[in-house]
Amino acid sequence: MAINWFKYSAPTTFYGLAGKMIPWFAFSAAILFAIGLYIGFFVAPTDAQQGEFYRIMFIHVPASILSMFLYLIMAGYAALGLIFNTRLSAMMATAIAPTGALFALISLWTGALWGKPMWGTWWLWDARLTSELILLFLYLGFIALHASIDDPRRADRAAALLAIVGSVNVPIIYFSVKWWNTLHQGSTIKFSGTTMHIAMQQAMFTMLAACWLYAIAVVLVRVRSIILERERNTTWIADLPEVKQ
Amino acid sequence: MKKSTMLDLLVLVIRRDLVLAMRRRADVLATLIFFVMVVSLFPLGVGPELDMLRKMAAGVLWVAALLASMLSLGRLFSADYLDGTLEQMMLAPQSLSMLVLGKMTAHWMVSGLPLVLLAPVLGLQFDMSARALGVLIVGLLLGTPILSMVGAIGAALTLGLRGGGVLLSLLVLPLCIPVLIFGTGAVEAVSSGLSVASHLSLLGALLVLALVFTPWVTAQALRISME
Amino acid sequence: MLEVSNLACSRGEHRLFSGLSFNLHLGQIMQVQGVNGSGKTSLLRTLCGFLMPDEGDIVWRGESIRELDEDYYAEMLYLGHLNAIKDELSALENLRISAGLSGIKLEEKEAIAALRRMGLRGREKLPTKVLSQGQRRRVALARLLVSDAKLWILDEPLTALDVGAVALIQELIAEHLAQQGMVIFTTHQPLHVAGVEMRTLSLS
Repeated sequence: MAINWFKYSAPTTFYGLAGKMIPWFAFSAAILFAIGLYIGFFVAPTDAQQGEFYRIMFIHVPASILSMFLYLIMAGYAALGLIFNTRLSAMMATAIAPTGALFALISLWTGALWGKPMWGTWWLWDARLTSELILLFLYLGFIALHASIDDPRRADRAAALLAIVGSVNVPIIYFSVKWWNTLHQGSTIKFSGTTMHIAMQQAMFTMLAACWLYAIAVVLVRVRSIILERERNTTWIADLPEVKQ
Repeated sequence: MKKSTMLDLLVLVIRRDLVLAMRRRADVLATLIFFVMVVSLFPLGVGPELDMLRKMAAGVLWVAALLASMLSLGRLFSADYLDGTLEQMMLAPQSLSMLVLGKMTAHWMVSGLPLVLLAPVLGLQFDMSARALGVLIVGLLLGTPILSMVGAIGAALTLGLRGGGVLLSLLVLPLCIPVLIFGTGAVEAVSSGLSVASHLSLLGALLVLALVFTPWVTAQALRISME
Repeated sequence: MLEVSNLACSRGEHRLFSGLSFNLHLGQIMQVQGVNGSGKTSLLRTLCGFLMPDEGDIVWRGESIRELDEDYYAEMLYLGHLNAIKDELSALENLRISAGLSGIKLEEKEAIAALRRMGLRGREKLPTKVLSQGQRRRVALARLLVSDAKLWILDEPLTALDVGAVALIQELIAEHLAQQGMVIFTTHQPLHVAGVEMRTLSLS
């Protein structure tokens, strides 16, 4: 049986599909967050070198990973939208940006919180923190460009091009910042030696999975509102039960 | 009537933009004066100790060059957009990327090259050594064209938008960070006795990459913005 | 030569026109009519390839203009609302540059002759900022004289022109059609070309 994948790339069908999926993702995200935080706070042992402070890593590391992956996914959707002129891809890219920016911000924030007790300063020009900061700038540029163009089609296409240019630049930026950091002999975050306790790993992966599920749920909610806004003049929107009443 | 080749068109665009820049000299001079002022403000801000100034010099000059080039980028396409010339450029029977490359080159000659030439004088204010100055100039020569080229993408994307100037800097500055790092790193290497060549060759590689990709990307951005 | 089939175009969320089809052959002229905001300019800009149509195709010599790209542009000339002339440059410089952009190397003598025919004798080397609105339009229209394009797309070519200049433009169009050229234009002023059938396309 051939599945028509393009069927789900139309906003009309995707709107309903997303609506059905959101509760599942949101619910499982909440459960995994609860499990992850429990393991992280109560099961995982105190670290020999860093004491209790290392526990912030359980949110810092997943947030950093997500902020980077979401940028690539966003650029991927943007490229799809630009090449195949599909409306949904551009909407997905727009919907991902705020979540990506949020994770970048969380990563910076928790990095600073971790830095104060470990380094004695809120901010150190560490290679990873600096790259994360630049990534946040890239997200903000995408959001700002999209927001300042009134015509939605031009906004989608212009922001998509920017996201692609940005994603080509990300490896160059990351490499150059690392280079700069070693040149200046700055310190780099070294996470707790080489051996990680099994409970630490469990907490980390549970939190990572929870963050992923949360991101998917939030992006789907956001993409649904974008679809509603963009297609507000069409008949299928007018026929929706939630719009009718 | 003779048909023109791709090269003719490139030369035509560069010459046209240079003539226009000469007739609007005030704009060009304002960018230069801005550059000199920003650089001169730093010693006033951080104090006149030569040791510290010598350390900061490359970074200050590079950041000022970055800001100065942002200032002039807003005008790169907007005048042509407003008077309809950009439409005619898009209808040229040669590739738009070529015309864009011409405009980038002219922009660099008008707003990048003068900065490179001024840099040694300003470097002396910071008590830079002759060798450090030399490396700084080579770095700026390789790096400022990249700023013009990457900046052109931002200028094309923000064409005709309100608050385009600020937005342009927001988009372009993060993309220019590698240029800043390798440019200042080269000067740093002189003072710490490391090899300068690796930094400069990385800058050169970035320049080649920019030359290959940015004209095409900018042309696409212009097509998006003209819709 | 130019075949437009089932063209649909919208600005923002507003559908301007759809299902638009027509052909234009050698030596033909067509006026696009419609009230303000009916999409005349958008149609012309779509024919130039600036706007991507929502549906439909534009075919030139049997190939889509998206595929042809530069080969199509070599054979067409577009004159929009904007004159595409620079205040800081003289009429002569402006004409030579715009000819250069459309791929023609124009000698100074040829350019001066064209400007003189447009009634700009003695003003060739003045910066265009001192010229009147009508004179600036004449500088822009001088491109018609030096172009070898087959297809002219003219958006309101007669704005700001006096009676003499209008007559001159009508003469130029007649010459162009006689040489198997093609013209698509919009205008709110009457434009008469002797000896040819004027086709019209109404947008509503």
